[in-house]
Amino acid sequence: MTDAPKLASERAAQADPRTLRFGETWAYAAAPEGTDHFEIAERYGLFIDGAFADAAQGATLDTLNPASEERLSSVACGGEADVDRAVAAARRAQPAWAGLPAAERGRFLFRIARLLQERAREFACLETLDGGKPIREARDVDVPLAAAHFFYHAGWADKLELAFPGGRPQPLGVVGQVIPWNFPLLMAAWKIAPALACGNTVVLKPAETTPLTALRLAEVLVQAGLPAGVVNIVTGDGTTGAALVRHPGVDKVAFTGSTAVGKEIQRALAGSGKPLTLELGGKAAHIVLDDASIDQAVEGIVRGIFFNQGHVCCAGSRLLVQESVHDLLVEKLRRRVERIRVGNPMDKNTDMGAINSRAQLERIEALVASGTDQGAKLYQSSCALPDRGYWFRPTFFTEVSQSHRIAQEEIFGPVLSVLTFRTPDEAIEKANNTPYGLSAGVWTDKGSRILWLAARLRAGVVWNNTFNRFDPGSPFGGFRESGFGREGGRQGLRGYVQLDGELLGA
Amino acid sequence: MSSPVTPSDFRVPPVDQVALEARAAELASRSIKKDSKRQGLLMAVAMTDLTTLEGKDSPGKVRALCHKALHPQPDAPEVPHVAAVCVYPDLVAVAAETLRGSGVAVASVATGFPAGRTDLSLKLEETRRAVAAGAAEIDMVIDRGAFHAGQFGQVFDEIGQIKEACGEAHLKVILETGELRTFDAIRRACRIALLAGADFLKTSTGKVAPASTMPVVLLMLECARDYYLETGRVVGVKAAGGIRTAKDALRYLVLVNETCGDLWLTPERFRFGASTLLNDLLMQLRRLDTGTYQRPEDFSKD
Repeated sequence: MTDAPKLASERAAQADPRTLRFGETWAYAAAPEGTDHFEIAERYGLFIDGAFADAAQGATLDTLNPASEERLSSVACGGEADVDRAVAAARRAQPAWAGLPAAERGRFLFRIARLLQERAREFACLETLDGGKPIREARDVDVPLAAAHFFYHAGWADKLELAFPGGRPQPLGVVGQVIPWNFPLLMAAWKIAPALACGNTVVLKPAETTPLTALRLAEVLVQAGLPAGVVNIVTGDGTTGAALVRHPGVDKVAFTGSTAVGKEIQRALAGSGKPLTLELGGKAAHIVLDDASIDQAVEGIVRGIFFNQGHVCCAGSRLLVQESVHDLLVEKLRRRVERIRVGNPMDKNTDMGAINSRAQLERIEALVASGTDQGAKLYQSSCALPDRGYWFRPTFFTEVSQSHRIAQEEIFGPVLSVLTFRTPDEAIEKANNTPYGLSAGVWTDKGSRILWLAARLRAGVVWNNTFNRFDPGSPFGGFRESGFGREGGRQGLRGYVQLDGELLGA
Repeated sequence: MSSPVTPSDFRVPPVDQVALEARAAELASRSIKKDSKRQGLLMAVAMTDLTTLEGKDSPGKVRALCHKALHPQPDAPEVPHVAAVCVYPDLVAVAAETLRGSGVAVASVATGFPAGRTDLSLKLEETRRAVAAGAAEIDMVIDRGAFHAGQFGQVFDEIGQIKEACGEAHLKVILETGELRTFDAIRRACRIALLAGADFLKTSTGKVAPASTMPVVLLMLECARDYYLETGRVVGVKAAGGIRTAKDALRYLVLVNETCGDLWLTPERFRFGASTLLNDLLMQLRRLDTGTYQRPEDFSKD
């Protein structure tokens, strides 16, 4: 027991009788997750036709740990020839894969899910090192959910007739999939699991800054005995992704990422007749009504915007608070934000980790500067930040107007904009006043109000008295500039089958 | 209270069960290692109300427990004494005699513990006698029957009168959350107890399941924190019943540390009501020193 700090805090509290003090009495010792149970290779090749190989041109990319700016590994940077080879491998493998008894395909997916669970610790560590997210989230969210997606779709593999009664679902063929850097393994699972369950083969392009868990997943696929060519993983940069989505041998494109790139892809595919699903940006409204459970709403707000450093397309980045509870809520939010533990992502007690890349950090900084310039009031946590790496404090703005850039543009970082409303109608009007429509949240204790609001919110997902909760059985996807198509649930299978009478592609 | 309390004062904001439980689970996943673990274990020892509340309690048993309270680990001077020894009213004098001048307080349950289904005049008399016999802390039970009947004013008045009967003694108000069941009811009961002058909010008698749970204690801490910010008065929280392992104790301390902060991280403001917890704390402390677990038989049972 340390007496001196306690006395100091009591003295301070006497001077200002209503001040809470934190961290002077009991500080947690560092609790880093161990890294001696797995290895990161010096360099990784592309995973094509069941084997790893260098890129044809020999190009490589470094992947960094954003928390330290140290190089973790080099990965091959695939070019057009590599994409071509991967698509050809997927094409060769597809008839046999689709021709397997459906239950057999399900068995492979079950096996992958179980292997992910067995190797969960290694995947969580790798995800945190490569992407900067806290190990607690990688361990408790990313990896378990990725395994859950494989389990879930394993179950569908031999039940597709039930998902589309009378529709005689058939695979599309070879699907090209491009995924983002915010949930590298989870997005790979979202893409690969339904595609395989439906009898398609896959060429997957992971994000430039976070390729390592997808490559580790390739090892799991080999371990599971998945036939060569069924899944091919081509790492690289934007040009690699562009080569994949434009490749004539690809029968369907699925993309998760920015709205700007999504639009480019849609333009490139226009007239080709190829099915496309897009899961793009968002600027979700998180609505708190005056009868909400305020303490829990604050938890939901924190989860909504600071989860994964705010690198979440469905992040609750626009907080709409009923004016009568605004001051109380902002006060509680300020205190709570101050308690967020920012730092070494590998520490098991870290709540918020590093920004994924320097480029993303600069985007966040620019948008936050615009918020201050346009007259919004800035609040940032006073937490200490590490010297090296890419860091941004948990931040929120009050006195934000609809016209501010920080209320309109996706920041994709730990930055919340707080706006107010007076009536439920006004909340709906403001919530829907955005080009996006991916997700929304509502906090109220009144059931009838939940239903009234949910029916009027133009968003693919509406969370009630919670936020950022995911389940493979629940379809996820957007409206308008947030994209189209759904992932997860029965609806998510629709993007990977053609039904009787449909004429796609050629 | 300067202004009279009215029924509208007993209205409280709603509690969302799912989100409250999620927050408690998140805090329960904190990893407490090395020095912070040692410090946490020592704090937990100092915050323990070593308790015996059985029909077969005898003077001998209570004396033995008092000695354990004074010197939890005789061969380890860095281990502090516990906060209090908690007994039935008729054994207060025995405990007071053994603990006199030691810094370990005598706490007594009173008010017809654990059901509380007795006449108010008897509850008041029981409280006065326990205090007169040397109890520095009184653990009362609220009238759950009146609470469920919606007689919040009656619950409030009774706490106020017991508080008066306590005189200088500190009053811990047992809500018996296992009988209130919903978080909304628990928050309302907290509010009533805070307004009525409780020095501590306490979860349970230990005679009803579930006793103390992490979400319940998180909610109580939030109530105590908000009440402090509203009035400047610091009210403690006591988690009682069902806490048997050092691991659980550390999790409760994490709740305190991250919800209320430094002001509550002291035996004056946070307590564990437990009988078997103490030895697990001692065993974990010993393991930190030696790297190995010792047999439970190596620690005195009382």
